[in-house]
Amino acid sequence: MQPLLEMRAITKTFPGVKALDEVNLSVRKGEIHALVGENGAGKSTLMKVLSGVYPAGTYDGDIVYDGDVAQFRSLSDSEDKGIVIIHQELALVPLMSIAENLFLGNEIAEAGVIQWQETFRRTEDLLAKVGLKEAPGTLIDKLGVGKQQLVEIAKALSKDVRLLILDEPTAALSESDSQALLDLILELKDRGVTSIIISHKLNEVRRVADSVTVIRDGSTVSTMDAHTEDITEDRIVRDMVGRDMAHRYPERARRAGEVLMEVKDWNVWHPEHADRQVIRDANITVRAGEVVGIAGLMGAGRTELAMSIFGRSYGQNISGTVEMHGQPVDTSTVTRAIDAGLAYVTEDRKSLGLILDETIQRNITLTNLGAVSTNGVIAENAETQVSESYRKAMNIRTPSVFQKVVNLSGGNQQKVVLSKWLFAEPEVLILDEPTRGIDVGAKFEIYGLINKLSADGKGVVMISSEMPELLGMCDRIYVMGEGHFVGELTAAEASQERIMSLIVKD
Amino acid sequence: MDLADQNKPAEQPSITQYLLGHLREFGLLFALIAIMIFFQIVTDGTLLRAVNLTNLFLQNSYIIIMALGMLIVIVAGHIDLSVGSVMGFVGALAAVMIVEWELAVLPAILLCLVAGALIGAWQGYWVAYWKIPSFIVTLAGMLVFRGMSLWLLEGQSVGPFPKSFQALSTGFIPDIFGIGRPNGTALAAGVIAGMLIIWLGLRARARDRRYGIEGEPLPFFVVRTGIIVCALLFIFYKLAEFRGLPNVLISMAVLTVIYAFITENTTLGRRIYALGGNEKAAKLSGIKTERLTFLAFVNMGLLAALAGLIFAARLNTATPKAGFAVELDVIAAVFIGGASMSGGVGKIVGAVVGAFIMGVLNNGMSIMGIGIDYQQVIKGLVLLAAVFFDVYNKSKG
Repeated sequence: MQPLLEMRAITKTFPGVKALDEVNLSVRKGEIHALVGENGAGKSTLMKVLSGVYPAGTYDGDIVYDGDVAQFRSLSDSEDKGIVIIHQELALVPLMSIAENLFLGNEIAEAGVIQWQETFRRTEDLLAKVGLKEAPGTLIDKLGVGKQQLVEIAKALSKDVRLLILDEPTAALSESDSQALLDLILELKDRGVTSIIISHKLNEVRRVADSVTVIRDGSTVSTMDAHTEDITEDRIVRDMVGRDMAHRYPERARRAGEVLMEVKDWNVWHPEHADRQVIRDANITVRAGEVVGIAGLMGAGRTELAMSIFGRSYGQNISGTVEMHGQPVDTSTVTRAIDAGLAYVTEDRKSLGLILDETIQRNITLTNLGAVSTNGVIAENAETQVSESYRKAMNIRTPSVFQKVVNLSGGNQQKVVLSKWLFAEPEVLILDEPTRGIDVGAKFEIYGLINKLSADGKGVVMISSEMPELLGMCDRIYVMGEGHFVGELTAAEASQERIMSLIVKD
Repeated sequence: MDLADQNKPAEQPSITQYLLGHLREFGLLFALIAIMIFFQIVTDGTLLRAVNLTNLFLQNSYIIIMALGMLIVIVAGHIDLSVGSVMGFVGALAAVMIVEWELAVLPAILLCLVAGALIGAWQGYWVAYWKIPSFIVTLAGMLVFRGMSLWLLEGQSVGPFPKSFQALSTGFIPDIFGIGRPNGTALAAGVIAGMLIIWLGLRARARDRRYGIEGEPLPFFVVRTGIIVCALLFIFYKLAEFRGLPNVLISMAVLTVIYAFITENTTLGRRIYALGGNEKAAKLSGIKTERLTFLAFVNMGLLAALAGLIFAARLNTATPKAGFAVELDVIAAVFIGGASMSGGVGKIVGAVVGAFIMGVLNNGMSIMGIGIDYQQVIKGLVLLAAVFFDVYNKSKG
């Protein structure tokens, strides 16, 4: 089949660094092409070159699109040719309706007056194509992330898309939403839309992709064709990281000690709607040296549970008790929760975990400034020593701890967040999606770190939407349905099927 | 692709590279010096005459004192539009208490400071605990306290103040060495301050070396510190030639040092930057963000009250117009000094230098006889240019 897109020997340099080095990418008409690689491998840069964010002339090499050499100078240039990119961070205006968002910048208007009837009619058509039943006037704000993603795709369809680029489309989606999205992409393929999908989730890649291109350190490593060869996850991982990864989850001696933390009869109501109960009668036990998982779909209330325990950072009318070593403790403010020995590593490290414009050092010491100060005066030398020791222990890749956090890759940022909470010297760490959005290599390091924490006798609670990760890491898994626990499985009992069936039966 | 991930060996940067990388920090100081040299030339040497230099400090003291508080408010992610009105109100309160009620000076001053802190607490309460945008709360405060000072003074000017109250602003530190002119205390203070700056600079360098931080190149350090110390000695010498150190200069300098220390070296300061940098993350790190916001406004109220007292003492009368539109000068000074509207960024020293830049512009243009109309235009453009420079620098990475 003739390729729709060919990127030939694309080289893109930024001051001091070669982001792309003669990358080749060939996408056939009507296929789904997966682009995989670690964070920082150059996937996003390549897509920015393709979509004209980096205009023609700022890179070397040729883009051949539909048989012609293309010279995109801006996003709108590439959109005119039917290339639409959907970013990880969705570009929808929350307080506008679906219809308004779909035609934003492209309004159906006569002499500047918007034709609402026509707008709504076309919106309904588009929504039907992506399988959404929402009214066109619904505010984006009212939709979950999964549905917002579908609106983005509908928006792409409104532009007569020929080549759809999806950057980590399922990163923030629950299992079922992800499945629905992947189905939609397959359906679009049948209708002749070619897609490039960037993803970290290799099982999804295997499911939908016709071919896979792996990029590492700014170069193409391999291109595989699913129709002629067997693409295994191991093979993709090997190409991504450049080494064999026999065990994706490092081994750990499992021995649970005495009970560290116990949460009893935990009830939480929604912070704005006092009549909506978000968490119902939750009970959790965490032993020393144990890694306890919490599985559940997006919206089941896992983050809400964790945050309400940690200093009542979520919800209202909270009732229930938290015990440490069998003694009730006060966790009613974040400070008290930290003092009681708790730490909560947020799922949203950029907006809740880090102060991006501050240095690594200042982020790490923030949770326990008292330990590096006397009478409220910070001893900067001590502070630097502390952060240097974490830089080494956690293998944070940075020239110095005086770098701003914003300049680090996702994996390294996550290590800074973890350092920050380890410095608070907790006994129980609640890790909320600790490996979200970070690459395979960094994930492995974080797993190793979790194992080390448990070996040191800490209790770890791990919330994750990636079931294989929970199965690979945890001693015990709580399964959460809508706001309450629907089951508890030991490592030996647990499997993806059993977890899913518990959730579905709820 | 992350530049920070490239573990490149740290190269010794050339002086030009270093200068370009830290353009903002030094640019501000050199801008102040350049502006001073410019006005020194076009005013035929009037700017740096001993009398004028003394006046420059007296005239701008209240702006600088409020800029200290405003920097903290802005770093915390807020703004205070009411400081001009609060300052006027407290001046009026002082006049009523001292002149009309004939209260003793010291208790009156203390009561005024308490009043300032209470006003700050009032505004901070709405901002911190009710999450009402500070712009709105302090816009309301601006109207309320302007109105209240009009009411207090019944539209009249009230004065004069007793000598002891005037000393707040117009007094000078006597010469402890008994030399007279030049004033020995001022000279000694200048030398001590100069030595302190050199010592602090050397200490910071030693620390940078120990941790392998890319510090400024040695020749650059020598030249920069040399210029600062020489400028300092020159100013103190000039002051010594006239009547010595104004009381206000001392309180200003002491406050500047205290606030610089608090913001840069204490857990309190660090937490304020964290609050402004990312309030949610700070809160989840166990920082009491509401209380800090509240305290930032209490502090602002206190400093606005102090500024009001100093201003009233200098004019020797309280007028209903005192402090009118001063908030704009204060806020401009903080932004010229490099603070960011979105919070989390800014330094005390920057705010003070920013206030001096505004002060020298005012003073120099007045000496030149430039009308108030052009003065406003020029100050506005300077503010825009300074912030543009910030944004431009940032966008270049």
